[in-house]
Amino acid sequence: MLFWGFLKIGLSGFGGVLPFARHTLVERERWLTEQEFTEVLSLSQFLPGPNIVNVSVIVGRRFDGVIGAAAATLGLLLMPLVIVLLLATLYAEFAQIDAIRRACYAVSAAASGLIIAMAVKLSTPIRRTPWQVAVCAVTFAAVAVARAPLFWVLAAVVPVSLAIAWRDRE
Amino acid sequence: MINPALVDLALQFLLLSLLSIGGANAVIPQMHLYAVEVRHWMTDADFTQIFALSQAAPGPNVLIVSLVGWKVAGIAGGIVSMLAMCGPSSVLTYYVAQVWERFRDAPLRIAIQRSLAPVTVGLVFSSGYVLTRTTDHHWTMYAATAATAVTVLVARVHPLWLLGAAALLGALGVIQPAQGPLP
Repeated sequence: MLFWGFLKIGLSGFGGVLPFARHTLVERERWLTEQEFTEVLSLSQFLPGPNIVNVSVIVGRRFDGVIGAAAATLGLLLMPLVIVLLLATLYAEFAQIDAIRRACYAVSAAASGLIIAMAVKLSTPIRRTPWQVAVCAVTFAAVAVARAPLFWVLAAVVPVSLAIAWRDRE
Repeated sequence: MINPALVDLALQFLLLSLLSIGGANAVIPQMHLYAVEVRHWMTDADFTQIFALSQAAPGPNVLIVSLVGWKVAGIAGGIVSMLAMCGPSSVLTYYVAQVWERFRDAPLRIAIQRSLAPVTVGLVFSSGYVLTRTTDHHWTMYAATAATAVTVLVARVHPLWLLGAAALLGALGVIQPAQGPLP
């Protein structure tokens, strides 16, 4: 049941599946209340790993421990994985056709715009806190401009950010 | 004999799994850095195409990981990369979910959340910047990126429509990938 529920979630979403996950978990299957979904989501976003995979682990675990978590995650990823690998194989076949390559580049340009828009939306809650803006700017400068390896950037930035957040607590 | 690239991929994504605070979109710059600049597994053009495919396919955006693996080591590469990317973070999530309820209002939890939020935002901005630098080599491409970002922010349009419109304009040659021959 978990497997099928998450299979549908995995298949339903284009460009991010979270809205569809909310619809399925809260409105259709009623596995979670709105409040519970928000809590699961905030925990998923704060932990490392793909957010929707974390949601499936937490929800699956609640129902049936390790087996539930595995079933939900497998259900979520199986079909999209098959489809995307199929698509990639097909694309490799047809990439000589100019129009298809051109379409692909244009999609990439538009999708880059989607990511930028997502960053702008995510920045809403931190804009009013100067130290958070500074942490964001330093991360960007290190990762995007200086192209430093992510591991070292996080190893340097996260402890400093945490120390400031701790001193700044209400 | 195991393909050494497969082991390399697995190790890289096992690490990235634990570094991906904010999800898969946050680690695109590191994937690009490693696959294109450090290992030379692919060109910028390959990376651009992989990114486009991952966004055009149904399913979570973490699928880009399986396509990087696929490009390097075929179907096995795709599966191994995906497992490596989801494994460590899922195990961590599983155990943290067990103790999380107890710390709901703990000051440390709130401080951790407030400290990681700006890092995630910085990483997603970095992804947008690196993707734009990698992808856009012609003013029509920059225009497509800007138009999509603005449209999504001001109007409630499903992103798939925008990607579809871009695909059409690209196929018709309105959006040009680059000056001169196709990359």
